[in-house]
Amino acid sequence: MLYFSRAKTFGILLLCGLGILLSLPNLSARPSFWPGFLPWSQVHMGLDLRGGSYLLLQIDTSAIVKQDLNALVDETRQTLRNAQLGYTGLHADLANNQVVLHPLEGQSQQDMTALQKLISYAPGSSSPSVALSTLPDGSISIAIPPATQAARNSQAVEQAITIIQRRIDGSGVLNPSIQRQGQDQIVVQLPGISDPDRVKTLIGTTAHMTFQMVDSTAAPGPMAPLGDEQLPMADNPQQMMDVYANVAVDGASLENAQASTDPQTGQWVVNFTLNALGARQFADVTTANVGKLFAIVLDGKIIEAPVIREPITGGSGQISGNFTPQSATDLALLLRAGALPAPLNIVEEQSVGPELGADAIRNGAMALGAGFVLVLVFMATFYGLFGWFANVALVMNLFLMLAILSVMGATLTLPGMAGILLTLGMAVDANVLINERVREEVKNGRKPLAALEAGYKRAYGTIIDSNVTTLLAHVTLFIFGSPPVRGFAVTICAGIVTTMFTATVLVRLITSRWYVSRRPATLPV
Amino acid sequence: MFYRPMFRFVPDGTKIRFMNGRFAGLVTSAVLSTASIFLFFYPGLNLGLDFRGGVVLQVQTQQTADFPALRAALANAGLKDASLQAFGQGGKGVLISLESRDNAAATQTSIQEAESALAKAAPGSKILSTQAIGASVSQQLFAQGLEALGLSFVMILAYIWFRFEWQFAVGAVATLVLDTTKTIGFMVLTRIPFDLVTIAAILTIIGYSTNDKVVVYDRVRENLRKYKSMHLRELIDLSINETLNRTLGTSGTVFLAALPLALFGGHALSGFAWIMLFGIVVGTSSSIFIAAPILLFLGEHRLRRSAAPVKVTAK
Repeated sequence: MLYFSRAKTFGILLLCGLGILLSLPNLSARPSFWPGFLPWSQVHMGLDLRGGSYLLLQIDTSAIVKQDLNALVDETRQTLRNAQLGYTGLHADLANNQVVLHPLEGQSQQDMTALQKLISYAPGSSSPSVALSTLPDGSISIAIPPATQAARNSQAVEQAITIIQRRIDGSGVLNPSIQRQGQDQIVVQLPGISDPDRVKTLIGTTAHMTFQMVDSTAAPGPMAPLGDEQLPMADNPQQMMDVYANVAVDGASLENAQASTDPQTGQWVVNFTLNALGARQFADVTTANVGKLFAIVLDGKIIEAPVIREPITGGSGQISGNFTPQSATDLALLLRAGALPAPLNIVEEQSVGPELGADAIRNGAMALGAGFVLVLVFMATFYGLFGWFANVALVMNLFLMLAILSVMGATLTLPGMAGILLTLGMAVDANVLINERVREEVKNGRKPLAALEAGYKRAYGTIIDSNVTTLLAHVTLFIFGSPPVRGFAVTICAGIVTTMFTATVLVRLITSRWYVSRRPATLPV
Repeated sequence: MFYRPMFRFVPDGTKIRFMNGRFAGLVTSAVLSTASIFLFFYPGLNLGLDFRGGVVLQVQTQQTADFPALRAALANAGLKDASLQAFGQGGKGVLISLESRDNAAATQTSIQEAESALAKAAPGSKILSTQAIGASVSQQLFAQGLEALGLSFVMILAYIWFRFEWQFAVGAVATLVLDTTKTIGFMVLTRIPFDLVTIAAILTIIGYSTNDKVVVYDRVRENLRKYKSMHLRELIDLSINETLNRTLGTSGTVFLAALPLALFGGHALSGFAWIMLFGIVVGTSSSIFIAAPILLFLGEHRLRRSAAPVKVTAK
């Protein structure tokens, strides 16, 4: 009990010093003398404390499946045509993630052989791109295996994250955080942005641009002729226009886009340049179709359909819808950043204005401070000197927790702060246990030193058992809980670990120093 | 206050016969928990936004909020499901809740409709916060929350089983289940919303309550070794009395820590804190009146393998 080796004392004090040092970043600006090897990191304030927006996006995987199956239908058609094989009823079966076709009588085997060509392996993947099988009714199924689809979805999420990053960076929001969550979700956090309408529009737009020729021969009517599609105009959804479904140039070939004003009209326009492939396609199409209408389509809506006056061979062009400065800038940004692989839906949103954040901090901080003071007063009145020892440990505990959370870069939310307070409330339990034990030992007639020895020794078992059970409950919560709850669990776990240290080791050191210097005849219990 | 302790909850040598109240304790607890289970089904928990899905806008109006006018404006904008609630002081705070929509796009549209209706009906209002949660996400959060709750029960059971005898583990977990059902009943009655934050509160209570039981059990185990021939009933009473100051001391500190939060912590924290306060009272009393009697019933003839069987006189 009394004996602490020099090294051990030094170690304990060093740990305490380090705790205070590492929690400093939360209290002041970085001083010039701060050594480079020590991390200077703070606890992050959650959005509920500093204001800002949290968006949870979910990628529409059914759109990916649809795209992939449609592409697979085209590929199948091409393959069978090359092999000069006939078939009927080729279609995409969205529900079962497969393409189905009926082979001609007796040609099933040839079809299967020809279709083998569709099977390929992505680098590093053991799952084939498609799996062929014959269905009970004799038709052939070309299915995308679940593992391949999962890899494809995962890739789409990664792609979407890159594109959203570019879009948000381009919009001037500072310090956004964009992270993947689970299979098909993306978390976007925008500190300081309490009205995220613009960002939501930027994220919510797929921005898939295509150039398609207008079919001026189509008879006006509600139905588009075969090979055409009927699309609405962007600024007047009632007005529909027939365009060829075949895409002349895809927006994926865009290399750059900038908003500017047209020197002649003063209107806002978006100038774009195409890459080599796009420029060639664009030149071919415009050369062959001088005098005809040409539709610029964004996400299924026609932005404009100008007349091609002369072949455009330079690979650059101009879009002039009815733009405001903002909408032209945003469209240019969207085109530069590229199209999302699939639409994203906002499935969860939380925006907190700065006033509310400040209010929450003030109320929360006051209540937390009051709670902390009450615990200190309680310990002092109940346990006197030993209570004050526990209080010193409690303050130290607060620093250590802050240090751990800072180094981990944890995010502190309002419930997290409540968690810290309750952890501190429970932290004194260890000291309560020890003090009660010591008191019992004194009542049993032991001398002060023996009572301290026995009290500490006997209380340890109980302290460990009770803390380990709580720790287990919160580790479980961390492993299986959803992200917001995890933050809370981490806070509590950090608190339990620091409590075990301060409440037992540190208080014991203080008590032993006190005993050695005073040699009291009775203990103040 | 600076050297000697000022006062204590109970004097030394207190000998309260807690186990005499074992039937009363168990019956009261069983009645309360059964009532809570009924309350759980009817009227049911007030599900928070996290688990219900939908939209909540926290608005501050410039003048005192005119609820009928706001309600009419929202209904006019096609938001017939909008429900309004006052918050904060001064009558300027309004919470507008909308129900969950079929898809994400419809949810976003409903937010915009509400914002524009608000701008017309109460010009100058500020939207302090917006929260929207889709139905699929809320179901996912709900399932995860309950899963975490269930698993932590299992972990606690396993640990106590490992450290003590099985009677202790069963006693602790049965008591935790009773505590949790009562907390749920409390939430139904007070209409405190059930969401991720309150799940965290329930888990904190479970942690706290287990802690409390472990302390009492630890003493029982120690006394079992010390007093080989004492009746289990007396032994449990002795153990509870010996740990009574510690039990009240620790629950006192946690209670004091949570009290200001409940009273002044504001909208975001008070629900959490009230559940904590309730849980501390329930958790502390259940250690004495539930966990200990269960141990007595389960362990009466089994917990002394080393000592000669003890004849228990029926009372």
